[in-house]
Amino acid sequence: MEQTIDQAKLDRITEQILKQIDNGNGFSQEGAFNLRHNGVALCHGDSEHIKIRKKEDKPGIDVYIDAETKGEQVHIPVVVDASGMTDIVYNDFYIADGADVTIVAGCGIHNSGCNESRHDGIHSFHVGKGANVRYEEKHYGEGEGTGAKVLNPVTKIYMEEDSVFTLDTAQIKGVDSTLRETDVHLGAGAKLYVLEKLMTHDQQTAESNMEVDLDGEGSSAQIISRSVAKGTSKQIFHPKAVGNAKCHAHVQCDSIIMDHAEVSSIPEINARHLDAAIIHEAAIGRINDEQLIKLRTLGMTEEEAEGVIIENFLN
Amino acid sequence: MLEVKNLTFNVHENGVERSIVENISFQVQDGEMLVITGPNGGGKSTLAKVLMGIEKADGGQILLDGEDITGYDIDHRAGAGIGFAFQQPPRFKGMTVNKLLSLAAGRELSEPECCKMLSAVGLCAREYIKREVDGTLSGGEMKRLEIATVLARHHKLCIFDEPEAGIDLWSFSMLIQQFEKIHQKKEESLILISHQERIIQMADRIMVIEGGKVAAIGPRDEILPTLLDKGESCVCMDRE
Repeated sequence: MEQTIDQAKLDRITEQILKQIDNGNGFSQEGAFNLRHNGVALCHGDSEHIKIRKKEDKPGIDVYIDAETKGEQVHIPVVVDASGMTDIVYNDFYIADGADVTIVAGCGIHNSGCNESRHDGIHSFHVGKGANVRYEEKHYGEGEGTGAKVLNPVTKIYMEEDSVFTLDTAQIKGVDSTLRETDVHLGAGAKLYVLEKLMTHDQQTAESNMEVDLDGEGSSAQIISRSVAKGTSKQIFHPKAVGNAKCHAHVQCDSIIMDHAEVSSIPEINARHLDAAIIHEAAIGRINDEQLIKLRTLGMTEEEAEGVIIENFLN
Repeated sequence: MLEVKNLTFNVHENGVERSIVENISFQVQDGEMLVITGPNGGGKSTLAKVLMGIEKADGGQILLDGEDITGYDIDHRAGAGIGFAFQQPPRFKGMTVNKLLSLAAGRELSEPECCKMLSAVGLCAREYIKREVDGTLSGGEMKRLEIATVLARHHKLCIFDEPEAGIDLWSFSMLIQQFEKIHQKKEESLILISHQERIIQMADRIMVIEGGKVAAIGPRDEILPTLLDKGESCVCMDRE
């Protein structure tokens, strides 16, 4: 039974960002973990069933999750607090047949300077037969500097027979620009659940392109995207579901638009098999007046009611 | 006590001003149940909205326990002690039943507390607590939840706009019991807008509104026989 731990003392900014991006009980240097800080692995640990190895040919890690993994979590947060830094990382996950794991992979940028800080996380998941993976990703930006905070994640997921993958992503606030590319391939009987939550404000921009290929018979996908656009921010969503076999897919994009923001929602469904059943729904609208009035009859001010509606919509 | 004096609410249609609520005056004593009834389109729901501050009065005065609340907006009227159940409650995507009830109660509710509130309006609590208040709930379920949001907190005055609409008979009986229980305690005043005979029969007093005006107001035993005599041509009562 091999286990390794390299621990590190974390500074205040890193601790603060980790609180925002790492779910549940928060980041702790226990079990399987890897904290990337300004482009280098600051601390790292393996568990009995999850091994993390540094890549030799490019920046990033390979994460090996064995078949005996049951209900375990692996935390691989990224913190960038050096203004002007561009951090590109390639992380590959190999999940063995029948494993059951939660991967928590938030990214936070603190920019107190005037130069752009950017992180591109390029992740690929190889999900074995019957494996169950929950992947949580929170993106967050902060800092008093004028430099932009940019996050461009690329997520590729290859799902074998009867595997289940839950992709839960959230961009909380403070990210000036994001371009998200997601590409998923589903084998027979595989099930994909996607919940994408996004909030933009001020002059921020966000674009999310997703292609889900349902290649195997009996595969299914449920894609839910919820967003709130404030200020003069701009959002573009382009989820695409392609049915290459007998399959089911449901794509739902809901956006709340406020102030002078702009939202484009372009769901695309493509059936290449007679028994492919694919549905899409898309809606963009302002906060419903009746919702505001109802909450105000409970004693909330208009601002408070608005906050509650947005918080729950993105919950 | 609620005192309404010469309340008026107008709308402008094609450049012409029309009164929806015209010079209405009445009182609701502490612990009293007033049922407002009358033909559809007569101004009952608009009157209720003006009382809650959802619509702004063009004239008149509203006093709650002597405090002039006419100029208060919706949240201040809620703070002053008025609760309001909508005829058609809105849905909230992403919000759970538990969360909505907690917001209504003004504090985080435990699961048993939520269960109690939902059971009181005929909802099987454990099935609903974690569900979203969205399109997956039927109209009847939404209506019962709406009533629960008002019952979740103590008010000086609760206004229910057609609480019976869209509710099945079994849940309606439970709802009647709830209203009776509140009424017996005499701790909260109740205004119920209704066409339902069983609700009208619970009233201490009945006010009939037609064409935006008070057509009749008085004790139940005095007004109810006149309503029954008029039959469907005046008041659309459900007598089944």
